[in-house]
Order: sequence, then structure tokens, then C-alpha cells
Amino acid sequence: MHDHHEDEHEQRAPGEDMALRVKALESLLVEKGYVDPAALDALIETYETRVGPRNGAKVVAKAWTEPDFLDWLRRDATAAIASLGFAGRQGEHMVAIENTAETHNLVVCTLCSCYPWPVLGLPPVWYKSPPYRSRAVRDPRGVLAEFGVELPASVAIRVWDSTAEIRYLVIPMRPAGTEGWPAERLERLVTRDSMIGAGLPLRPEAF
Amino acid sequence: MIGGQDLGGVMGFGRIEAEADEPIFHSEWERRAFALTLASGALGQWNIDASRHAREARPPTDYLSSSYYELWLKGLETLLLAKGLMTAEEIAAGRASTPPKVVGRALKAADVAAALARGGPADRPLANPARFQAGDRVRTKVLYTTGHTRLPRYAFGKIGRIEAVRGGFVLPDSAAAGRGEAPEWLYTVEFSGRELWGGGADGKLQVSIDAWESYLDPA
Repeated sequence: MHDHHEDEHEQRAPGEDMALRVKALESLLVEKGYVDPAALDALIETYETRVGPRNGAKVVAKAWTEPDFLDWLRRDATAAIASLGFAGRQGEHMVAIENTAETHNLVVCTLCSCYPWPVLGLPPVWYKSPPYRSRAVRDPRGVLAEFGVELPASVAIRVWDSTAEIRYLVIPMRPAGTEGWPAERLERLVTRDSMIGAGLPLRPEAF
Repeated sequence: MIGGQDLGGVMGFGRIEAEADEPIFHSEWERRAFALTLASGALGQWNIDASRHAREARPPTDYLSSSYYELWLKGLETLLLAKGLMTAEEIAAGRASTPPKVVGRALKAADVAAALARGGPADRPLANPARFQAGDRVRTKVLYTTGHTRLPRYAFGKIGRIEAVRGGFVLPDSAAAGRGEAPEWLYTVEFSGRELWGGGADGKLQVSIDAWESYLDPA
């Protein structure tokens, strides 16, 4: 369909080719009045500076410290999370899943790149790439080992393939040794990967 | 469709390459491809299911050798052409030679925050009762279609258990093809690792998918 681009591959590096192709499409979309360049800047700024995994960390720390909030998360995660101001695109239908001593949860989207944007931001490249998408459902223990997570053989693994518009947020187990910590301090232990299930929270010794 | 996108269980891709301190975007063109896709989507000419299908409906060799935002750009061009918003000649030239088809609908910067906050809820009220309840045994269909579907191949013809009834949701198979939202009950269906991957699989593994009612039969 776009043979004109094939001719150019010989002369240019792939990134350069894509840069030109995107620039040409943007010019055309703007010229036709379909997009407003200022809106493009606002979209980019939103996901580069305002939406990211620190949002999810707030949700997790609140769940760790407030039983009523945890209960709300279990009943209606979308509303509970929205109460903190995190809602909307790619987080319209949220479900929180809790790790326990018996079961570890891992989230994947084998078919594309579904990911809870309002609480985690845009997904990292590995989450969207074939090695993770292909193996998370078949060999999650092997996947976790590559992330440095070794679970006892007695711990069951539950993988959630995000094949619809439900978006899953893993609530990792609260690390031991954090008794009495305020939510603001606990937030710092909550990593992005721990909310996907590909990691564990940081150890309290570091803080 | 079984294309390059249907990756669950496929072997040979090697190690997962996690990048430390990864930037949100890796180049300026990725930023623009991302924003152009969202802004063009706001024109209301296609839905998220058509958008996903536009990215996956290409030779698996092309899908697997394209970077993530390269697929977004290719998908966007496909949709713009399919909806008649521009011509292939215009894309090649990067200049308009026909009048715009949609006028006055461009997303404004001042409306970005509200549009993102609104998102695109996919739940719909249903008059009919759910066919399955939590705990029911079901068997997934074998669903070879050249159109869009969200039943992954690794879960074709497998016996599982309904874990949760999620409510009525737009059916992607129909919406992607422009046949309407045709909402159905959506379920989270849990399978044992051994049902999916054979007797040698991890006995402590459970995998779930979210599946629409028409993907399932009683078992």
C-alpha cells in the first residue's frame, strides 16, 4: 500500500525514514484541519509529565493503610481509583488484584498492549514486545526470573491476559518491616513493575 | 484473526529486554505518532476496535518487524485511507490535493484533558440475562476468522471456569467491522496451565482471559 516508502529504505536509517513519514503525515493532517498542533503538544505533555506509575503507587499505599479504601477497591476499583483523580482513557474499567502469600498475579496483553494508563502511564517497551507477550501466559515463572523475582514453588501464579477493556492493577503485598509507615513513605516502595506483577516492592531498608 | 499480534505461547523470541530508566518516548517521531493517533481518533471516524484491527491486519512478517509506534503510524494511515479522509497520493506527497472530508471536528488543546478524562467507556446496558454465572464450566470456541476478535488462539477450544461476570460490553468482533456495537456479556474465564499448555505445564499456574458470551459454550 505504501510502496513509496520501500524505495527509501536503502538510503536512510529506519528512524530517519519514520521521522520523515510522521512529519509528512502531520503536515497533511494539519493542512486538512483534522488535527491541531497545540492539541498534539498537550497530549504528549500529559503522558510525559502528568500520568505515570506514581499515580498507581498512591493507590497501592492507600490500599495498604486504609482498610475502607481496600474494601472499596475490591468492590469498585474504577470508582475508588477515580476518587484520587486517576480516571479516563485506558482506565475506564479497573479491577484491582491482590498478591497474597499463596498467589502471585501477573498482567499481560498477548494481543496488543492493553495497560492501565491513568495509574501506570504508557507501557514500557518490554511490556509491548513479543518476548513478554508470548511467554507471560506460558512460562510466567521463567519471565519473573528474568526480572529477578524468584517465587517459592509453593506460590501459585495467576496470569491475567487483558483481552477486553478491563484494566488490571496488581496490589503487591506490603513489605514486612513497614509497620506504622505513613502512606507517603510507603509509596516510595511501590515500583511500576510491582503493579504489573513483574516485580516486587522495594525493601524498606533502602528507605 | 491469527496474525502477528496473536502472540500468547509463541516461542523463540528470546529474553525480555527491560531498559533501565526508560524514557516515555524514544524519539520525537514516536511522540508525534502517538499524539497524531489520539488526536485523529478524536475525529470520531473509527472506534478502538477498528484501530486495533488496522494495526494487526497486515502480514505477520511486517507486524513483527515493525516497532510499536511504527505499527501505530501504519494503522493510522490505513484508517485515514479506509475512511476516505485522505488519498494515498496525498500521504505520499505530504500535501493536500482534495478538500477535507470532516470539518470543524479537530480536538483543541483546551479540550484534551476533558477528552482523556472521559475516555471511551465500553460497558453497555443489556436487557438479556447473563448465560453464565461465576463457577460455571465453559469451553471456548475455535474462532478462526479473518476479521478482528479478542479470543487468543492459545485459548481456542479450552475448558475453563467463569471467574467473574463483568457486565455488558461492546463486542470488538462486530465493532471493528463497522457492524455496530452488538454488546454482550463479558466474563473473566480462568484456565489451568495444564489445560492450555499440556500435562508438562506448571501445576500451580492459572491463566485468565476476558471473553464475550459468544466466545463460549457450556461445558
